[in-house]
Amino acid sequence: MPDVLNGWRWKRTLLLTNVQRKGSVAMSVRRPGPSVDGLLPSPVPVRFVQEDGSPGTPPEGYPPPADARLVDAYRRMVLGRRFDRQATALTRQGRLAVYPSSRGQEACQVAGVLALGADDWLFPTYRDSVALVARGIDPVEVLTLLRGDWHCGYDPEAVRTAPQCTPLATQTVHAVGMAEALRRRGTGGVVMAFVGDGGTSEGDFHEALNYAAVLRAPVVFLVQNNRYAISVPLAKQSAAPALAYKGVGYGVRSEQVDGNDLVAVLAVLTEAVRYARAGDGPFLVEAHTYRMDAHTNADDASRYRDAEEVERWESADPIARLETYLRDRGLLSAADVAAAGEAAEEFAARLRDRMSAEPDTEPAELFEHVFAEPTPQLREQRARLLAELSAEG
Amino acid sequence: MTAMTMGQALNAALRDALRADERVLVFGEDVGPLGGVFRITDGLTAEFGEDRCFDTPLAESGIVGLAVGMAMGGFRPVVEMQFDAFAYPAFEQIASHVAKMRNRTRGRVALPMVIRIPFAGGIGGVEHHCDSSEAYYAHTPGLKVVTPATPDDAYWLLRDAIDDPDPVVFMEPKRLYWAKDETSTGDRRAPRFGSAAVRREGGDATLVAYGPGVPVALQAAEAAARDGLSLEVVDLRTLVPFDDETVVASVRRTGRCVVVQEAQGFAGVGAEIAARVQERCFHSLAAPVLRVTGFDIPYPPPKLEHSHLPDVDRVLDAVDRLQFDDEPDVLYLESASERPSPGTRAPAGPGSVNRVREAS
Repeated sequence: MPDVLNGWRWKRTLLLTNVQRKGSVAMSVRRPGPSVDGLLPSPVPVRFVQEDGSPGTPPEGYPPPADARLVDAYRRMVLGRRFDRQATALTRQGRLAVYPSSRGQEACQVAGVLALGADDWLFPTYRDSVALVARGIDPVEVLTLLRGDWHCGYDPEAVRTAPQCTPLATQTVHAVGMAEALRRRGTGGVVMAFVGDGGTSEGDFHEALNYAAVLRAPVVFLVQNNRYAISVPLAKQSAAPALAYKGVGYGVRSEQVDGNDLVAVLAVLTEAVRYARAGDGPFLVEAHTYRMDAHTNADDASRYRDAEEVERWESADPIARLETYLRDRGLLSAADVAAAGEAAEEFAARLRDRMSAEPDTEPAELFEHVFAEPTPQLREQRARLLAELSAEG
Repeated sequence: MTAMTMGQALNAALRDALRADERVLVFGEDVGPLGGVFRITDGLTAEFGEDRCFDTPLAESGIVGLAVGMAMGGFRPVVEMQFDAFAYPAFEQIASHVAKMRNRTRGRVALPMVIRIPFAGGIGGVEHHCDSSEAYYAHTPGLKVVTPATPDDAYWLLRDAIDDPDPVVFMEPKRLYWAKDETSTGDRRAPRFGSAAVRREGGDATLVAYGPGVPVALQAAEAAARDGLSLEVVDLRTLVPFDDETVVASVRRTGRCVVVQEAQGFAGVGAEIAARVQERCFHSLAAPVLRVTGFDIPYPPPKLEHSHLPDVDRVLDAVDRLQFDDEPDVLYLESASERPSPGTRAPAGPGSVNRVREAS
């Protein structure tokens, strides 16, 4: 660790010199990065709580999160899972076009959000609806994309959350750009980008790591390694010792964590965000987790994995693990557990009611958001569509 | 007005935009101390510092993706793709995000950014340095696509592009970088986006061109004038938004139209123009709308590019085929007759292919 700090400090001094020598050729001077040791992830995933909910040996370098944050996280995980189940049910009822479930990944979804401040930015993927709900975004607005009445249903600027991104890893470079924008504006803001195990094979993921490191952008990459990219298992996806090692070659500090241990994910991401906010550069975290459900409702997971494997992961469930841990430590009572469940039920019932209304779509709106002002051609096409619609009555 | 090359005019536009708006940033490969391989960003790092004009790692998707994030974060990035064919790694970012962000977010997130792309040929560039890629961008809803043909337009269109609330793909005809002309600069002007320019007035036929095709069309009009034929030359300036009004007004008046584009013809911008003209001017047309384009081949090696590039003679040949003598256009009828057509009856009667062939 001291190696890292020394390396960065020297780098920072050089950077300052560069600014002073405005317009010089300083960018072409190769600056020494931190030592490899300071970048390398732990050889085994960082873990605070064992699978059975008992405390493990506390890992070094990551202060344990405050108890109140853990209880808050527990409630959000319970709510998130109920939301996820409700969304799956709504898909079966034909209310959603498609739903990619993140059941089993709640520790990552919730810890990622809780590690961020309200003014920080999140760049999520299509599988991160639970994270958006945990961030406090209206669940109906979260589901707009999947219901299909528009693409992004929420106001990204208002909730500091980019649209859920479908083309894999393309949002990771946007996250770097936003981080660089926040750094330049001196807001102290940090950006977190979510990506999956499959996404780490995409070129944009690698370009994002490289750009983030070169710019020292305040960005945290959270790889939710849920072991499947639709049907392709991790072993066919990557031969890396762990996906976390992909950061090292770019000069990005990296870590791997037990993704079903909320305490560990929150501790590591909190440190990652602190590190980025302090101006120390980007941070890559790989969270080892598991996608309990199929890729989406349209997928059939029995074609590529067996039930025994899924059962094994059931016993590593992140919510049950946190619940045991908190109850054993006297931080959560049976009444608290029941109350969290009831709150989640109410949340789901309200969502079900609101989603049962037919979405209000307006065909003329199709032409409104192509450009700031519609071109003459778009105005013409809009008039044609409206004429068609009025002829149909 | 000052005499400037197009390269100098673009440089002046970037400089003035960087001065006018501190949110404007210039970045890309080699755009810093080197000033870009075409020197369009020459001196900008020295004047504005590495914060405002900087070199990026060599990864085009990253350059454009970074610009997306920075535009979301309140900046106005102007990025350079070093060459047309080097921009393809960024195509996913351009098609899936740059073009769609406003739409995806229901108008809540705009991306005011400019992607500058030196494009097209005529400079003796080796493989992968001379693609005419404008149709890919013009075909993508949500992008404005600009191609200046004069230094004055290069300056003002780039200023317009940087001030525009929408993303702009700014395509710079490489072979016109060194073309010199009187150029105005400064801060007061009427926007030129979406308005074509009539470069030369004429009454017998309209040549519609853009970017590198414009000087060719103008030279053809000059040559035709010596033969007593008066050709109007319309320079589109912006492919998107497209100025139907100016094109249509001209063709309705002249009754004849040739579209000139350097790019390969199939499914190109010229095809769109020809379709639009015949849809809107059918009753004014005395001849089919013709296109003069590059061939449908991968861009040729430097020693052969002169065979590929549309030139004055090809434009004049097309003008000759505009049926001023009231004869049908033989070229296409001939090629149609060569095609075996089993199961269809041979055309017969007046105006049939055979008769035309015999007559010719």
